[in-house]
Amino acid sequence: MKSKLIATAATLLLAATTSAFSAERVKFEMWHGLTGDLGSAVEEVCKRFNDSQTAYEITCTSQGSYDNALQNAIAAYRAKKNPTIVQVFDAGTLDLLLSEAYVPAGKLMEDNGYKINWSDYVPAISNYYADSKGVLNSFPFNSSTAMLYWNKDAFAKIGKSEAPKTWEETFETLKALKTAGYECPMAWDYGVWQTMEQFSATNNIPIATKGNGYQGLDAEFSVNKTKFVDIIKSMKKAYDDGLVKIKTQDTGATIVQAFSNADCQLMLSSIADHGTVGKTQKPDMQWDVAMLPILAGGERHNSLVGGASLWTLKGKSADEYKGAAAFFNFIAQPDAALFFSTRTGYIPVTTSGFEFMKAQGFYDKAPYKGRELAIASLNASRITENTRGIRLGGYVQIRKEMRDALVEIFANKVSVEEGINSAVERSNAVLRKFEKTYGGKQLP
Amino acid sequence: MEKRATFSNASIGVLFVAPQILLVFTFFYWPTGAALFWAFTLERPWGGGNEWVGLDNFRQVFADRAYWASITRSLVFAGATTFLAMGFGLLLAVACDRGLKFYQGFRTVFVWPYAVVAPAAALAFRFIFAPDAGIFSALVKSNPEFWNPAQNGYHAMVMVIVCYSWKYAAYCFIFFLAALQAIPRSVIEASAMDGAGVLRRVRDIQLPLITPTFFFLLVISITDSFQDSFSIVDVMTDGGPAKATEFMVYKIYFDGFRGLDYSGAAAQSIVLMFLMIVLTFFQFRFIERRIHYS
Repeated sequence: MKSKLIATAATLLLAATTSAFSAERVKFEMWHGLTGDLGSAVEEVCKRFNDSQTAYEITCTSQGSYDNALQNAIAAYRAKKNPTIVQVFDAGTLDLLLSEAYVPAGKLMEDNGYKINWSDYVPAISNYYADSKGVLNSFPFNSSTAMLYWNKDAFAKIGKSEAPKTWEETFETLKALKTAGYECPMAWDYGVWQTMEQFSATNNIPIATKGNGYQGLDAEFSVNKTKFVDIIKSMKKAYDDGLVKIKTQDTGATIVQAFSNADCQLMLSSIADHGTVGKTQKPDMQWDVAMLPILAGGERHNSLVGGASLWTLKGKSADEYKGAAAFFNFIAQPDAALFFSTRTGYIPVTTSGFEFMKAQGFYDKAPYKGRELAIASLNASRITENTRGIRLGGYVQIRKEMRDALVEIFANKVSVEEGINSAVERSNAVLRKFEKTYGGKQLP
Repeated sequence: MEKRATFSNASIGVLFVAPQILLVFTFFYWPTGAALFWAFTLERPWGGGNEWVGLDNFRQVFADRAYWASITRSLVFAGATTFLAMGFGLLLAVACDRGLKFYQGFRTVFVWPYAVVAPAAALAFRFIFAPDAGIFSALVKSNPEFWNPAQNGYHAMVMVIVCYSWKYAAYCFIFFLAALQAIPRSVIEASAMDGAGVLRRVRDIQLPLITPTFFFLLVISITDSFQDSFSIVDVMTDGGPAKATEFMVYKIYFDGFRGLDYSGAAAQSIVLMFLMIVLTFFQFRFIERRIHYS
């Protein structure tokens, strides 16, 4: 009996000391949408932060996908059980900006005594996420852009040693590859992000009125009046001639898989896939990335940033915000950028991070060589109204309408014009509904 | 004397049903009420205000051609899967009930598909039917146009229907077999002695006696096909190609959770609920009358 009492007392004492010990560290949560290798990379960043100091402890939890991270954060916020930090992808930015659910990034850092050099962010990245006053409300985190991936071996067979610079040259190359006996010169997955958004930006073409939506919620989707229609016509013709093959999850192999195993010789994909291609490629396959082709006779403009940014949500204690600020300060350091970019294919978001990585010789070595072109692509020109980004409401639905239209066009169910016109019409209905939902709200 | 426990007090009865009432209220009436409210307003995803718009959301939903197409599609899916699942379930159950060779083994195997969770089944079928990589790809190599669910909407629809029916045939099989085995052997034996063949016995003795099970499965299959199609569509086609497999419930998910159009999705789920109520009502009103429970 007595020994039992002592044991209980000892346990209690132990529990008291451990909780006292852990109470010293302020705990807070971050929800993110990355999984697999990218997800573990994020968790390693969190662990490095925890190991770097003793005052705070961040717990990073994957929610399975960008969509889920956003949905779960919304549900949790409505139930007042939200995490301190949530990762929100590019298309979810506008809903948050219009809400009162977040603590602005600048205010958070200032309140907690950190000084952030906002002009250090790569302009194409900071402009995308900034509000109309140029203020960043969230921290750009994992960032990427679209690149052209090309198979050097196949190009050597047709006597080429460089990637095509224009779309015209691209189609010529595809023809030559076909003639040389390649079954699948180019893999394509109806990628709206690459073929519509990035194509329009790099050629300085609008996709919507009002500066792609940055100047007001009354913007209208307008891709049916631009050269986007022409590029889809060219793609359709190339598809009919067997130069472009559709590769999606549903056909059995994604574009990245089809490119990695050398079945297809070109693809347009995110720089974030650079690591995946390197790890899964057919042995000894020679390949590289290049900036996206542009239209002949045009001037190259910057491509758009893709990926996600980190938002701080309201309803947390001052201590938790201190921890969040410390975390943001930690990931803004150049060596944190080096770590994350080495682990993944994502690019550094600050110029100082990029310079640091260059100085370390990161981009000279084989597995990472070529990734500097992503930064070059983002910095290809000064930001214009058409290359700043896209700020349209219900953009997830709009992307889907366009993708559905492309599927119908390539299945010969509708003509190129019909398909794009109807997608634009349906998208504008989405935009008007969004405008009404936020009736009376000014775009910040 | 026989001992019997009775409760004189009504409040104890209320206490016993309270947990159930609480559950039904929390998980049915409350969310339904919230959805009803959202359906008449424009709800902002992150909160912070919603505006009363009356019937606007419903008007918008009904003015959308894509929505009507998704209703038609859901009805076709419900009809096809109910027919296939119940048909195959019944066929297999009758065969097993007759005690044909190896029936014990088959009886176990036929139940398995129902134990497979829908997303896993969908993943397997996606692989089997993938035009470039699956088992089917070898069969259609010479004529790729023959099978391509990634681009052809009809093919995708067939693929989803087959996958769903495969799983639900097992469910129907369990119920049909149980019902068939509940029929007294003496009835079957008597008719056999009177010279009735197998098919005759099925038609005149067994089927009439299992009509209550038949009716139960009909109602359940139709209702379930509207809701349970979700995970299969989500894994196999994402509602594509070009909305060809976008059923009502998938559209609600996409518009609401991914598109963040909470009000439009709420209006759609109210419509779906009414459609379910009407369908079930008609089945009870017009089919159940012809069923004899005895």
